[in-house]
Formats: sequence, structure tokens, C-alpha cells
Amino acid sequence: MTTAVDTKKLTMVQAVTDGMRVMMKEQENVIVLGEDVGQNGGVFRATDGLVAEFGDHRVIDTPLAESGIIGTSIGLAMNGFKPIAEMQFLGFIYPAFNQIMTHASRIRARTLGAFTVPMVIRAPFGAGVRAPEIHSDSVEALFTGMPGMKVVVPSNPYDAKGMLISAIEDPDPVLFLEPMRCYRSTKMDVPDGKYNVPLGKAARLQEGDDVTIFAYGAMIDVVTKAAKTAEEKGIKCDVIDLRTLYPLDKEMIAESVQKTGRAVIVHEAPGTGGLGETIMSLINDTSFLYMKAPVERVTGFDTPVPMFALEDHYLPSAERVVQAIEKVTQF
Amino acid sequence: MEKLFPKLQIINENGEWTDETYRGEITEELTKELYTKMLRSRLFDRKGVNLQRQGRIGTYVPFEGQEASQIGSALAMGEGDWMFPTYRDHAATMTFGHSLKTLFLYWKGRQEGCIPPEGKNIFPPAVPIASQLLHATGAAWAEKLKGTDRASIVYFGDGATSEGDFHEGLNFASVFNAPVVFFNQNNGFAISVPIEKQMKSKTIAQKAVAYEMEGVRLDGNDVFAVYFHTRTAVERARKGEGPTLIEAVTWRYGAHTTADDPSKYRNQDESATRRETTDPVLRLERFMKNENMWDEKWATELQESLTAEIEAAVKEMEETPAPHYNDVFDHVFAENPWPIESQKEAYAHSRGDR
Repeated sequence: MTTAVDTKKLTMVQAVTDGMRVMMKEQENVIVLGEDVGQNGGVFRATDGLVAEFGDHRVIDTPLAESGIIGTSIGLAMNGFKPIAEMQFLGFIYPAFNQIMTHASRIRARTLGAFTVPMVIRAPFGAGVRAPEIHSDSVEALFTGMPGMKVVVPSNPYDAKGMLISAIEDPDPVLFLEPMRCYRSTKMDVPDGKYNVPLGKAARLQEGDDVTIFAYGAMIDVVTKAAKTAEEKGIKCDVIDLRTLYPLDKEMIAESVQKTGRAVIVHEAPGTGGLGETIMSLINDTSFLYMKAPVERVTGFDTPVPMFALEDHYLPSAERVVQAIEKVTQF
Repeated sequence: MEKLFPKLQIINENGEWTDETYRGEITEELTKELYTKMLRSRLFDRKGVNLQRQGRIGTYVPFEGQEASQIGSALAMGEGDWMFPTYRDHAATMTFGHSLKTLFLYWKGRQEGCIPPEGKNIFPPAVPIASQLLHATGAAWAEKLKGTDRASIVYFGDGATSEGDFHEGLNFASVFNAPVVFFNQNNGFAISVPIEKQMKSKTIAQKAVAYEMEGVRLDGNDVFAVYFHTRTAVERARKGEGPTLIEAVTWRYGAHTTADDPSKYRNQDESATRRETTDPVLRLERFMKNENMWDEKWATELQESLTAEIEAAVKEMEETPAPHYNDVFDHVFAENPWPIESQKEAYAHSRGDR
């Protein structure tokens, strides 16, 4: 028996809203809180319509205080609620860093499981949308290096909804990063109702035997273009959307590089301390003898994200990715 | 401001009535219960310092001098309420339900020291400063959303009022009318920094005004003042009348921690003088003598039975089997992700365990 699943064409930001709506309908204890998330529906409209549907006791405009939002969410989470806390931008999360680092991420460990913090922190992030200063930071590595946090980044509307639902159902804190460049860049068929895209699993977007490209979030669009150019030059790329940054999908990473023997890692966060280093060490641990060339990285620089007149220089481009692909194939 | 927020008191340092409002409720039974709990915590505290000196536990954080503040306030809370202590509030947590063994385990560096007894909502001690005010607000807000009449109490010191999270905690509780009692113990020093360098405000209670909430300043060494005024604040919270900021003015006789030397930053003669004058336990003893509640035999027997209880807890703590290293790995997430699982396996292998 097959059941027809109704779908709607949604942007990523609409898919995010739909994911929250589905879970708020299903579970009374799911609440949304943050700055401007109520009446205004969020600065990106990610919570559009939720306050009308669920009331201001479940969709809560908070005072303008990130530490306050996360700190109270911790109290709510370990007392029976599942807060979805919105940081207006990832670049504004720093005042809450202490709450996430010293409490949210480690209360389960401190108390051997007596207290837990099932919460989702949503944050738009990344450069490329001509945003003002600080709004464009890509600091996921601050959190992938934080024991006790899961960090996920969807790159398309389908994944955004399914991964958000999985994040809300997860018993531990999840940082859910939403690439601003992808918010409205495409529409996609998104099923109505509830479905899960599992955390911890990468997705192979394109099959190829010559080079593996690892990327996530807004860089997926960049590497897809680069892979197309490479293909025109006769180089076939295995394109992997990592989707979850902690814990990484070790199996898919190893399986792919063992097939291709070459890897290019792309992220817009700074190179030093970035995910690329973690992936390189994973390749080293699992696949050293399979490698035919040193791994290449195309990343943001070890600089603050510049103001937007310079941001296209900062962001990895398809051209830089193509050069890296050529470098590993010509080694 | 000191006039607007007078230091409320029920009995003075000589154990004499200064406010008879609660006279009918201050029975011999309540008085003896408070005295017992205060003496118990004091003997525990001295044992803690001694155990650290003997190398039998790690760094210990003493609270001697603050017993009335912690016990009076903790006793005002009810079943099902929430408590958010700092690392100096074991007199409060033992009053609210923590076992002495658990408290000693905490200072022996054991994770088990963070686990409350079944059904007791006691959060592990907050180590960063003031962050716990937000947890207390969130937990209380959750009770309000659930429609219960439960409340939170959160402890913090004078130094904590300089942190952003103090203000965010008060503001969120005020905006969402969360049933929280913000219980400040103003002992005059944040490690070495005296309150005059911490704030220009004459009182901490006055900070409540900015958040349109009740502010209460009281003599934190008068256990009756602490108990009854905290109880009023909790009742207000339960009725949906919002949070309260209480400033209990007190004093710690000893060091910030056993790793600290208070003689570097203050004249310890002051502590010696205060032991004879404003001490909370001695004050209650004087009161009991004034009221013909004091019985020398009872006091001696009490001291003996509490000492025996504490020694038994030390024994239990020392006889607790060493923790297994799997505890390092197995409670970070509900399920171990592969990096933790592979680190755990590698560590076991390095020990020849598998």
C-alpha cells in the first residue's frame, strides 16, 4: 500500500517554520522563545504565524538578552519543556556562550543524567547576504568543540524541516544553524506533517570517483557549481553534504575518500580550528593509506568576517574550489 | 536607601525581641528545629574544613557564619519547590534534602555529589557566578506554565550582583512574573573585594526597584527574620504576585575557600569579634536562654548526636567505592556518539581492560 504524501513548495525559512509548527501541534511542551519571535514573526519571519496559532504563552517575545534567553530556556528544559530558543543571528550568541558552555552542554554529565536539557538553539548564520557587521559570523567550531552539544546545518528546505524535527525530538541540546543565504534561495517540495531527517547522517548529493568534496550549509551551492565545472573538465566529484557537524558521519566520510583517494573540504568559517581540521584528522585516522593526494581546504580566512564590500573575497567561491579540485587531481 | 530598605530583624544579637509580629508562631519546637539545623550545618562545615586540611577531600568552601541565612530561607520552601544553590550553600541544600554523604562526596570530587535525592529539585551548585538566577527563573516559569503553585529559590552572593546574568535573571522573572525568590547573601566580600568596591548602591535590596519587584533587606544572622520574611516572599510567589529580591546581610568568618587566605585582604579580628556578638547560632542560644527554652543536657546530647551523624556521613563518603571511568564518557549525551565511544574504547584498551 502506498500513501500519497502531500507536499508544498517551501523555502528553507518556511520549512523551518513548518517544522516548529508540526512539533508544537504534536507536543504541548514545545515552546518558542527569542527576540521578536512573537508578533513580528522573527526578523527573518521564521516564526511567522506561530503566535497566532499557539498563543503568546508558547511563542514568547523575550527581553533583549541572549544569556537570559538561553539561561531561562535551560530552566524550562530541565523542568519539562522543550524550548526552541532563537538567537537572532549566530553572531549575537556570544553573551549566551557562558550559559551554553557551563550549563546547557554539561548538566547531564555533571549530574550523571539526573538533569537534562532537551533544547534547540536556532541561529541564522553565515555571510553573503550583505548583512551589517557581526551578523555574518560562522562560528560553528566554537560549538563543535564544546562537549555535550550537537551541531547541525541543513542546506535545503527538505532537510531543514526534517532535521529540525529530529533536533526537537533529541533528548540533548542541539545547535541548529540556518544558513541565511539558503533561506529563500530555492523552493523545494516539502512533505506536509511530520518526517525525520536523522542527525549524525551526511547526504551524498552527487556520485563521483575522482574527488570527494565535503561541505555544508551555504557552501553546498558553491561546491555544486564547482563540481559541475570540474565535470566539464572530466573530473567526477563525490559531493557530500555533512549536515551534522557534531557528531560527524564518520562512515560516509571514510567510505567516500577510500573510493576517491582525494578530498577537498569547504567551509566559510576560518581555516584554523575549523571543521576542516577535524575532517582531515578523521581521514587520517580512517583512510591514510587510501589517499592519493594531500587533502585541500577552501575556507574563510583567519580574519574577522569583513564588512560586506569585501565579503565576496572572504567567502569560498566556486573558482577557488575548482582550483583545489584540480590541485588534488594533479598531485 | 538604607531608610527605604531597613534591615529587618525579629531578635537582636542578645536574643531579645525587636519585632513580635510572629511571636505566636515562634514556638519552642520551631526554635529547637532551627537551632538543630544550624548546629548540624556548623559542625558539618567545621568537619569539611578539617577533612580538607587532612587531605581527605579536595578544596572545600566554608560558610560558617551564614547558617541563619541559608537555613531560615531553605526551611521556608516547600515540597516540590526548586532550589538553585551556589558552591557555598550546603547548609541550604542539606536543609532542603541533600544527604550529608552526598555533600561530602561533592567535595571529594565525585559527580554523585551533584545528584539530588529522588523527588527533590536541587540543582547542582552553580560555579560560574549569577548564571543560576536564570535557571531558577526558567524553572519557576515552567511551573507557572504548568499551572502549579511551586516556586524557585536561588542563592547568590554580593559579588554576583555585578554580573549581567543577575540583571537578566531579575528582569526575566519580573517581565514573566515568575515565582522566584532571589536570595542574596551579602557577606560583604567577593573573595577579597569588599562591597564598597563592588557597588556604589547602599543596599542590594534596592536593586529590586529597577525591576518593579519587592525588595527586602534583612538581618541575615537572625534566623527568624530570614525564615518568616522568606516565607512571605514564597507565599507571594505562589499566589502569582511575582518574584522577590531578598538581601540577607551576613558575614563569613573564614576564607572564601580552603585555598584562600583572608588575612591578605581583611583584618580577621573582625571575624573574631563577630563570633562573640552577631553570631547566628549564639544568638539563638541567647534567645532560648531568655525564653527558658535552653536545656544544657539537651544541647550536649544534640551536639553528640549531630557529631555522630556527621562522622557516619564521613565514613559513608570514604567507603563509597571509587567511580568507574565509564562515568566520564557515558553521561554526556543520552547515547554516546561515536567520537566519545571510540575514545572510551581506546582508553579502556590503554588500561588493558579490553
